[in-house]
Amino acid sequence: MEHQQTPISPEMTFPQQHHSDEEFRRRIKRTTILLSVITVIELGIGLTIYTIHKGPDPSHLLVLMFKGMVCIMTLAKAYYIVSVFMHLGDEIRNMIMTVVVPLMLFIWFIAAFLWDGNSYKNLRNSYDKHFEEKKIEKKSGGGH
Amino acid sequence: MMWYFLMSDAFTFGAFLISYGSIRFSQNFWADPNVVFNALPGAGHKNLPLAFVSVMTFILIISSVTMVLGVHAGHKGDRKGVIKWLLWTILGGIAFLSCQAWEWHHLITGAHPVLADGKIEMIGQTMGGNPWGRLVDHSAAQQALAASPHEILVDLVHEYPKPGTNLAGIEKLDPQQLAGMIDLEHAHIREKGPIAFGGYFFGITGFHGFHVFSGVIINIVMLIMTWKGVFDRRGHYLMIEKAGLYWHFVDLVWVFVFLCFYLI
Repeated sequence: MEHQQTPISPEMTFPQQHHSDEEFRRRIKRTTILLSVITVIELGIGLTIYTIHKGPDPSHLLVLMFKGMVCIMTLAKAYYIVSVFMHLGDEIRNMIMTVVVPLMLFIWFIAAFLWDGNSYKNLRNSYDKHFEEKKIEKKSGGGH
Repeated sequence: MMWYFLMSDAFTFGAFLISYGSIRFSQNFWADPNVVFNALPGAGHKNLPLAFVSVMTFILIISSVTMVLGVHAGHKGDRKGVIKWLLWTILGGIAFLSCQAWEWHHLITGAHPVLADGKIEMIGQTMGGNPWGRLVDHSAAQQALAASPHEILVDLVHEYPKPGTNLAGIEKLDPQQLAGMIDLEHAHIREKGPIAFGGYFFGITGFHGFHVFSGVIINIVMLIMTWKGVFDRRGHYLMIEKAGLYWHFVDLVWVFVFLCFYLI
């Protein structure tokens, strides 16, 4: 494969080191199994949350912890899809950075807007009596 | 360039999902996904939370894997391999879209009892409202039943009869008798849910479904081009590579949609 050292297209930004067929198949198989296992665990957690909700005294902290775990697993899945299936991991470093660095904006984006939503809720609960009423109903109504 | 297009698309989806999160955080109550998504085709009224959506998720993961194999076959210039794997990927995409069509149809047409303005109504999930609010306790439900129109009561008895109820000729009974025949334990009468839920759900899954649809179209175009030997003449299969990137991105977005709507 020596002749492939020069890129066949200017859009070919990753070095063309060829993994052997064998190694490629192993890698794809491993990633597929990993993604499936994570998904199954996520579903398991989803059902756990469901049973906690159904129970007599749902613990909100526990539910929140499980939800956090699912979020982390989703990020792990996203990492594997992007780095192995989309083989961003094989690109040259600068190319990776031009894609990943702008995505850092999401950290601020998510934090700021969820914070904003939450503060809107708190403000309405303290100043809008009609909205507040709904909150009280929730406490006495038994929820789900 | 594909990467920068995908990055901008990621921001579009990100903005949608974040605005959904923002609205959700501003409410005292939000619909419980295990209540909303609990149906499976052919399973009737059985309560099967998360079952159908896990099928959809696996379809998309597997179609992503077949696409990787197609791209790999392209690297080796293996035309037959590319055609085979592209066909599987297209099939996966169509299967996913069919599942979504069934799910939407079920949500829109599947009516559930809700308490609104002191009466019971039967509504499905649309942009204008949904039946996924808080559970109503039995005494309030009884009161509402007394004020509800006759045909709604007949409907409810048909859907949720108390065990041992004889359903023949119930249309002729008077409202009080009908109200007594409804099994409130199983009817799960709720208030109306947060209005924004329907719009966000249909908007975001619809936008994602549109991406899947265009991905299927792109893959079909790639299939035809491969078939005609365009890439063999060109000497490389880079286009398959780019179509593959788009397809994986669709899978990637689903991972987050799945998280935001179905899991948490």
